Amino acid sequence: MRNVGIIMRRELASYFATPLAYVFLLIFLVLASAFTFYMGGFYERGQADLDAFFGFQPWLYLFLIPALSMRLWAEERNSGSIELLMTQPVLLWDAVLGKFLAAWAFTALALALTFPLWLTVNYLGKPDNGAILAAYLGSALLAGGFLSIGSCMSALTRNQVIAFILGVVACFAFLLAGFPLVLDVFRGWAPLSLVDAVASLSFLTHFESIAKGVIDVRDLLYFAMLIGFFLLATTIALDMRKADQ
Amino acid sequence: MIKTQHLTKRYESLTAVDGVSFEVSPGEVLGFLGPNGAGKTTTMRMLAGFITPTSGTASICGHDVIEDPLGAKAALGYLPEGAPVYGEMTVAGFLGFIADLRRLEGARRRERLGHVIERLQLRAVLDQTIDTLSKGFRRRVGLAQAIVHDPPVLILDEPTDGLDPNQKHEVRALINDMARDKIIVISTHILEEVEAVCSRAVIIARGRIVADDTPARLAARSRYHNAVSLKLEQPTQLAAARAAVAALPAVAEVEVSEREARLTALPRAGASILTAVAELASARGFRLEDLRLESGRLDEVFRGITA
Repeated sequence: MRNVGIIMRRELASYFATPLAYVFLLIFLVLASAFTFYMGGFYERGQADLDAFFGFQPWLYLFLIPALSMRLWAEERNSGSIELLMTQPVLLWDAVLGKFLAAWAFTALALALTFPLWLTVNYLGKPDNGAILAAYLGSALLAGGFLSIGSCMSALTRNQVIAFILGVVACFAFLLAGFPLVLDVFRGWAPLSLVDAVASLSFLTHFESIAKGVIDVRDLLYFAMLIGFFLLATTIALDMRKADQ
Repeated sequence: MIKTQHLTKRYESLTAVDGVSFEVSPGEVLGFLGPNGAGKTTTMRMLAGFITPTSGTASICGHDVIEDPLGAKAALGYLPEGAPVYGEMTVAGFLGFIADLRRLEGARRRERLGHVIERLQLRAVLDQTIDTLSKGFRRRVGLAQAIVHDPPVLILDEPTDGLDPNQKHEVRALINDMARDKIIVISTHILEEVEAVCSRAVIIARGRIVADDTPARLAARSRYHNAVSLKLEQPTQLAAARAAVAALPAVAEVEVSEREARLTALPRAGASILTAVAELASARGFRLEDLRLESGRLDEVFRGITA
């Protein structure tokens, strides 16, 4: 576990050693505010809550998270530094987990920096702060799910643009798994149980139930298993392809 | 001790390394030679635990690279081909990161970091990001990470590739310094490097070991071994000198370079011809600019074995 911490710290430091961290934070905060105030109608709703903010969160993540995760492994393979890392006395799993946790901690920081919105609603009225906290937790879990998928896509290729596109498509499929756009692909040929299983994988349904303030163990378990599954898939993909040119 | 037995790596259509077996003992500097694509890098990557062998075994100081990869990696310092590093980090930050992964702590950490920074002359660039450094400095940072934990075994893939002559000299001096008590394996395609630092040379071609000997004995396989080369003061005497030298009983063949006015006389197997040629020159009145005995040409042996 000590190696996980060492690798996570190095990774986080490298975000801030390049403009990446600042550009990402700035764009995330600007877009989150723009969605909340203009498209979400924050004032017009006349309610002291952050639904307008959290409602757009999945769509913001859909493009920003793959942009963050695309470099996780594709860059290591492209620059060859993966050979340096994998010949140190560390387990592959330590590296996968360390890099994922660094990216997750970074998105958690971005999310935490939206605190002025929370101050605003508390100034304007009396919101249900428990529900807001739950929604923040749901949003962080959603970001973790997206990041784990993005990590796996990044492990499949050494090209960051391909990793980004694969990441967006895979996240989009998981986001809308409960909607006709995705379900119609399965309807007609797959048994009903499979269609239901696909529908139950939807990010949106699990996120929205947490965002309403209901923390259900099943929703937490869903995100935990999803993240675990994709990190394991990342490890397997790297083990098979790490030395490929 | 490094030990490999029938180490093999096959890709779908290609056998990159084919049944390679060798042992390296402490105090030996093994030079791994071969044309590009011969399997040098693949073999080193298997030893370093980056690629899994298709079959065969390899162990580093008794730690099998497949059964006990962490033990093998802990005993090893490895410089990958091209010396990849994290370019956005500073030199100090990068070496600190490696020291953390290598579990260096407290006084020992300070002592080892101080040692490699002095030894590779990195003091002046400690706070620069690695991306801003010249190729020579980047290579030195790569070498520093390989030796920071003072490993008993060093595997260096083309440690002097792309360096200028001064930097090459520095790196060779470093390798010679460490050679006494360590096991060192370097790969190279620069033959002079083998003579400069290696106590043993393994030549690999198409994935197989084709020669394994000391550099001197490999050079002795050359047909130029014990050949005598002479340069005439007056190029007009070239034809006469050639005929006279070729007539000596122990001379098998004479090669002529008209541009340099130079003759090279190759001896018959096992014969020594230096005295005979020198006496002939003085008896016939050929004035010489130089006269020398060749020990053999490693590049010619290399071409003969690997082509």
